[in-house]
Amino acid sequence: MSHHDDYQTHQAKILTPSFYVLLTLTLIGFALIALRFIKGIGAVSNMNDGYPWGIWITYDVATGTAIACGGYAMAILIYIRNNMQYHPMIRSAVLTSLFGYGLAGFSVMVDVGRPWNSYNFFIPSRWQVNSAMFEVALCVMAYTTVLLIEFLPAILTTIEESKWRRMHAFLDWLEPHIKPNRAAVLSKLELVRLGAAWLRPKLNKVLIFVIVLGITLPTMHQSSLGSLVLIASTKVHPLWHTGFLPLLFLINCIYIGFSIVLIESIISSYFFKRPFEIKELSGLAKIIPALTLIWLTVVIGDLAWRGHLGTALALDFYSGFFLLEFCLVAGGSLILFNGRKRESVRWLFVSAALITIGGALYRFNVYLIGFQPGKGWHYFPSLAELMITVGIIAFEILGYQVLVKVFPVLPKLHLDLHLPYGQGRHLPEVKGSKA
Amino acid sequence: MGLQEFLPEINRRDFIKTVVTVSAMLGLPYGMSEALAATAENPDKRPPVIWLHFQECTGCSESLLRSSHPEVATLILDMISLDYHETLMAGAGHQAEQSLHDSMKANYGKYILVVEGAIPTRHDGIYCKVAGKTAIDSLKEVAAGAAAIISMGTCASYGGIQSVGPNPTGAVGVGELVKDKAIINIPGCPPNPYNFLSTVLYYATFDKLPELDSMGRPKFAYGRLIHQHCERRPHFDAGRFASAYGDDDHSQGHCLYKLGCKGPVTHANCSVVRFNDVGAWPVSIGHPCIGCTEPDILFKSAISDKVQIHEPTPFNSYAPVESANRSKGIDPLTTGIVGLAAGAVVGAGAMLGKKLPDAAQKEEGHEKSE
Repeated sequence: MSHHDDYQTHQAKILTPSFYVLLTLTLIGFALIALRFIKGIGAVSNMNDGYPWGIWITYDVATGTAIACGGYAMAILIYIRNNMQYHPMIRSAVLTSLFGYGLAGFSVMVDVGRPWNSYNFFIPSRWQVNSAMFEVALCVMAYTTVLLIEFLPAILTTIEESKWRRMHAFLDWLEPHIKPNRAAVLSKLELVRLGAAWLRPKLNKVLIFVIVLGITLPTMHQSSLGSLVLIASTKVHPLWHTGFLPLLFLINCIYIGFSIVLIESIISSYFFKRPFEIKELSGLAKIIPALTLIWLTVVIGDLAWRGHLGTALALDFYSGFFLLEFCLVAGGSLILFNGRKRESVRWLFVSAALITIGGALYRFNVYLIGFQPGKGWHYFPSLAELMITVGIIAFEILGYQVLVKVFPVLPKLHLDLHLPYGQGRHLPEVKGSKA
Repeated sequence: MGLQEFLPEINRRDFIKTVVTVSAMLGLPYGMSEALAATAENPDKRPPVIWLHFQECTGCSESLLRSSHPEVATLILDMISLDYHETLMAGAGHQAEQSLHDSMKANYGKYILVVEGAIPTRHDGIYCKVAGKTAIDSLKEVAAGAAAIISMGTCASYGGIQSVGPNPTGAVGVGELVKDKAIINIPGCPPNPYNFLSTVLYYATFDKLPELDSMGRPKFAYGRLIHQHCERRPHFDAGRFASAYGDDDHSQGHCLYKLGCKGPVTHANCSVVRFNDVGAWPVSIGHPCIGCTEPDILFKSAISDKVQIHEPTPFNSYAPVESANRSKGIDPLTTGIVGLAAGAVVGAGAMLGKKLPDAAQKEEGHEKSE
């Protein structure tokens, strides 16, 4: 894996206006999380005995991890399908996944009613190995660790090549006050740098095993997210409750993963004023409709087999959401079947957004909208509950935005300069850029 | 002093069973049965009891003595220091009167007075005399030094059969004559001996009276209707009634309401505690309840009279299984903000999509929004 020179640190100011906006949202969200731990879950949430999970599990865990599947989808494409030309894109996908999964695990801790019991999870003798929920929890934790290791080369490279400019500035600032032993500090820093230089090649040798693990774990738990709902056969609407739930969740997370890679790449190229990676993106875009086609076939075939096609066309509340989900995914895919539209950044963005929203709506339908625990139960998230989710999303974007400016994450620009310029690559139009 | 010396007839197992039954009846926590047992075993805590008989049939004493398992009676009679009981004491005549006076003198202000039977008041109470004194005089004399009075049976509690019109002797219950003492009514014809035992044990253990209802009855025994725990209740709910003694429904064990059962309006624990230690009680052997713990029913309405009940048939529907709406409602502010945010995101996405280059295609006709 000597591809570390595929990447570069984005050279730009960190403290932009969007930084402060996201920081404010993050602080509001985390203040509400603090409130939840001080005053209890009822103080911030509308969850009840009928709906023991709400927006936190539905979005942050069930949908958030699918959106965080960019790393998984890219790893399959690059390492299993051996398409190394996509390799420069993996690191930003891994970073997104790292935030998505880390914060999904964190959301579970916010959501569980008695978080002080969670230490039991680390005691193997107390494991309930037959539980799908246990598998999800175990995989989310393991996968977060794996993603962290996958991302580690970026950090190590940075340390290795660091000139310690900020540290020097800090020492200069300290100088008049406490006269630090500059030589001692610098020798310690040099030790850290040497340690990083020693570790990085070693890590590179074993990284492929970590990556294999990183491909196995989401395959296991993304299907388990579907299995979780299997048990609620009387509560989930027949449009969505099927034995194929695990399979549907698995395929769903892969095409959402690819779509989110498209969106993320387009948005970051646009706002960071970098050329669009149109060649790689249109290659990815070719895979997505194949996956959605399989997925939609399973959905329709299963409905027909169970005799629920009429339910899907009943045009009631549930049928409405089903049709919306179906049309979003199918509509986005139809665009991508068109070879010329796959070359257009705009259409790539639009179709990827449609598929992502449709795929995410599918998970919302299974976990929340199509979930009816019994007469008399209602759920709609409270404002505080939503703000916690918004705070977590803001924290993800904020972290991404800052880390790509600190570590070499984004693809290196000169990478394919040997290709004729203009073949697939476009410089973004500068007007109206905000970042 | 060990139990075996104190109550040689009772083995430990039966003793504990009885005391646990009593504590359960009283609705006390399980652990309290130890306190009750300690009281029952401790001779120093044995309350001195003076038992007076007036206009009665001695059925109350009989029900106590005729328990098929003698333990309860033995426990009661040995647990209390029964200093004077006209039908049980060995002494007679002046000797008996002497022991009454001695006990009153020695335990003045501490003894429990148990009254069995109604007190005649007409013609200065001449219709009931013991040792040349009228019942009124005896009662007032003994009650003056009593710590508490237990009216044993419906006669002592409310007058009973003697007081039914025209009431030639002017019979009344204890409560009509004694106003300045704590009176516990244990009505019933006869009352269950367990109710008496429980009351005495409670008083001796905790030094206070159990909670009473508006008619002076301990709530632990008389707090509920017989109907509420009757074993024939399912037949009542299903509308299966015996309409004549010995008919098919009667022999099938169906509900006795149409035969005049007073269970729906009678407060007592007969259907739970039962009698004679063999689980028998009138309704279980096919006879309707006659309402013997209720002064307004016993002997005042015929056995075959049906009582008025307000819900003679069960509800036509079932209790809802779904909960009442305990979910918090949808907040207009939240939905508004969600709508605005979603709109803003979709709008921003559409704007971004519009700004993105569309190199491959030139058709600008249709703008996208998702």
